[in-house]
Amino acid sequence: MTATLSRRTFLEVTALAGGGLLLGSRASATGRGRRAAALANAYIRIEPTGAIVIVAKNPEIGQGVKTSLPQLIAEELDVEWGQVTVEQAIADQSKYGRQFAGGSTATPMNYDELRRVGAAARQMLVAAAAGAWGVPASECETAKGVVHHRASGRSSPYRELTAAAAAVPPPDLKTVPLKDPKNFTIIGKPIGGVDNPSIVSGKRLFGIDVKVPGMAFAVFEKCPVFGGKVISANLEEIKVLPGVRSAFVVPGGTNLSGLLPGVAIVADHWWAAQSAREKLRVQWDEGSTAAQSSVAFAARAKELATGTGRVLRHDGDPDGALAGAKHVVEAAYQYPFLAHAPLEPQNCTAAFGNGKLEIWAPTQNPQPGRELCARTLGIAESDITIHLTRSGGGFGRRLANDYMVEAAWIAKEAGMPVKLLWTREDDIRHDFYRPAGFHFLKGGVDANGALVAWKNHFVSFGEGDRFVASAGLAGAEFPARFIPNYHLESSVMPLGVPTGFLRAPGSNALAFVFHSFLDELAVAAGRDPVQFRLDLLGTRGMVIDPDGANGYDAARMRGVLELVAEKSGWGKRTLPKGSGLGVGFHYSHRGYFAEVVEASVTTNGRVSIAKVWVAGDVGSQIINPSGAINQVQGSVLDGFSEAMAQEITIEAGRAAESNFNDFPLIRMRNSPPVEVHFKITGYPPTGLGEPALPPAVPALCNAIFAASGKRIRSLPLSHHGLRWA
Amino acid sequence: MPYAIKVNGTVRTVEAPADMPLLWVLRDLLDLPGTKYGCGIGQCGACTVHLKGTPIRSCSLPISEVSGEVTTIEGLSAAANHPVQQAWQAVDVPQCGYCQAGQIMTAAALLTKTPKPTDAQIDAAMSGNLCRCATYLRIREAIHRASAIATGAASAAPGGRSRGEE
Repeated sequence: MTATLSRRTFLEVTALAGGGLLLGSRASATGRGRRAAALANAYIRIEPTGAIVIVAKNPEIGQGVKTSLPQLIAEELDVEWGQVTVEQAIADQSKYGRQFAGGSTATPMNYDELRRVGAAARQMLVAAAAGAWGVPASECETAKGVVHHRASGRSSPYRELTAAAAAVPPPDLKTVPLKDPKNFTIIGKPIGGVDNPSIVSGKRLFGIDVKVPGMAFAVFEKCPVFGGKVISANLEEIKVLPGVRSAFVVPGGTNLSGLLPGVAIVADHWWAAQSAREKLRVQWDEGSTAAQSSVAFAARAKELATGTGRVLRHDGDPDGALAGAKHVVEAAYQYPFLAHAPLEPQNCTAAFGNGKLEIWAPTQNPQPGRELCARTLGIAESDITIHLTRSGGGFGRRLANDYMVEAAWIAKEAGMPVKLLWTREDDIRHDFYRPAGFHFLKGGVDANGALVAWKNHFVSFGEGDRFVASAGLAGAEFPARFIPNYHLESSVMPLGVPTGFLRAPGSNALAFVFHSFLDELAVAAGRDPVQFRLDLLGTRGMVIDPDGANGYDAARMRGVLELVAEKSGWGKRTLPKGSGLGVGFHYSHRGYFAEVVEASVTTNGRVSIAKVWVAGDVGSQIINPSGAINQVQGSVLDGFSEAMAQEITIEAGRAAESNFNDFPLIRMRNSPPVEVHFKITGYPPTGLGEPALPPAVPALCNAIFAASGKRIRSLPLSHHGLRWA
Repeated sequence: MPYAIKVNGTVRTVEAPADMPLLWVLRDLLDLPGTKYGCGIGQCGACTVHLKGTPIRSCSLPISEVSGEVTTIEGLSAAANHPVQQAWQAVDVPQCGYCQAGQIMTAAALLTKTPKPTDAQIDAAMSGNLCRCATYLRIREAIHRASAIATGAASAAPGGRSRGEE
């Protein structure tokens, strides 16, 4: 490593903390600090071999950003993708800005910036060549990592220009010219994931695979009731078991997002720790959450719905419009708590020494983890190094950093580097769950078949005016603003169960409720479900609040709804008895998606999905069509997984489910073809990790209704005598 | 106690408790982290390895009951060039990638027994392997591709058609 160091030249492109970007460069690296700084700071490194190393800034959880973001840089740098090697960035916000995987934000936040980084570096390389040849830079062009001067027939590969380029004043990133998209050779091309070769050969890649010298293995037992405390544990018996190095109580706190109380066991290998855990006996103080249950929440929600809630929105005269409506439908909808269940259980490796903490974490959100560890261990944030590993799925679970602070604490207390690994049961029972919710709805359609009134008493979790995490509903949420007489009020119940963000948070539940109820209204009025929705969207374009917030482009939604209707043959095909089509659409994470499901239901409740059609509008450019289609297909199937049989049941303050036998995922034999169509529009490109999921759930439920006459007002479907064929 | 098992062509001796599942022997004692832990109860298939060529759940097989040669993802081919490994890359199957070692091991065993499987045979063989990202459609496609590669009917070059667009 050191031997090659002096021969390396670097071209650095550095992001500054305060926003904006600064190009810096230097001829060579000398000394450890400089090299470390260079590696941490650099997005681009051109090695003497000609290899182009591009740094991927964000955590990779399966959404494909480790490939798609470097594509942006490589395109404007004008190299061949085959020349590119991608390196995962360390967590360092001072160098890379915000580094997180959430909200389908990587594309909209980085599409322009990272292209500019590549373009600026290219411009400096061109300037270096032009200077050496004594020709105007404007006469030079680039292709495949080589600068050419056509008139003189000269050319030079980038690797020969790095030293000279380092002396070129960096251009202004705001004005650096970008390629015309019609000249793209990397953006818009289907490119395989950069880690695919490692994945298919079983290389050390994920958090669970981390190995550091002197490392021991840990398990951590927490109270099954959320927030429970340790009273006592048989630690002396545990400490003498085979392979066990130490066992201790972690005091923890009361904040459900912080370090919680529990018992740690550290052993020579994970199986020894887990075997010792089987013999662990802990006396818990379960606390007040032990009185909470899903059954009681549902009963209480029903009571609250008969009262008055806090008004979140009121337009027109809903009661008057209902009184004058020709068709009125009243229905109660509900959905359960859900776990994330990424296939790689929570884990983290930590080493603590000399007041410094080093972390290797499959996290979606390293900076809050750093803050949590600093606060809990009483050390400075600057004394914490976080290495980002590939994550075996995230889905929002790894936005929390509970496993990180646990590993940090255990490593410090044990006095040795530790890899903490949860069991699947730990993972299902100690999640930050998608909150359950209850909607008490009333809608009215007038004699012309128009939806004129909508009332919703939403019962959720929280206290006073505050909802718990991911349990809220905004006053502007569709179909608000599309119905003249609209009323939304909410009531909340206290909750001792931790909640959090699950892929397409909020939307993954709300789309089910609103598009299922819209379907009921369409059917009640004898109207075609697609046409009814098109009429609801009307002829408007961008619908936006006076303060500029909550933009919803009705024209873009109409575009995808019309496209999916056309592709699915909606209204043009006759289906056999027992089969039906269902539709749903949803806007979330800047993406517009409409989906149609063709399903059949047998008389004994066996559900098969014949096919799914998806139309999505995420703007002007799909960065990587291969990854994009994969995301959409996976999102749709994930929605079906949630709908069919997933539920976390709270019983006596704890999660009743514990593994994939009672929290099932969809399997291959139940996975239908999913045909994906992107509608390319003139809007800035946006993300794809989430927005395709929400419509899949109501589209399935509405297809089940069309096939069987069974209206689904609560999830999961398994509660209605339904299961996969 | 000590156990000698043949893994990826080499006899390895490990000191392990009798009930230690093969999965943890591979991962933590033999430094073969490609085989993954997902559920510990044989529900997800992330830990699939071959025992005498048959796919088994290494999370549920104690080391004391291992008899016969074990093949893990690391030993499936000399240069990550088994037709299934080639096809997985050509089709760009993975999202997070965590389940894929198990999927590949199950698929490789399927193709040994059934070189040209139908969709129904693929579904039957693969439905014990969960993919949380739900890359099932690509897995199905990649198995057909691997079958074609193995029989010389297709190259491993990526692309060829835009998946999802029929």
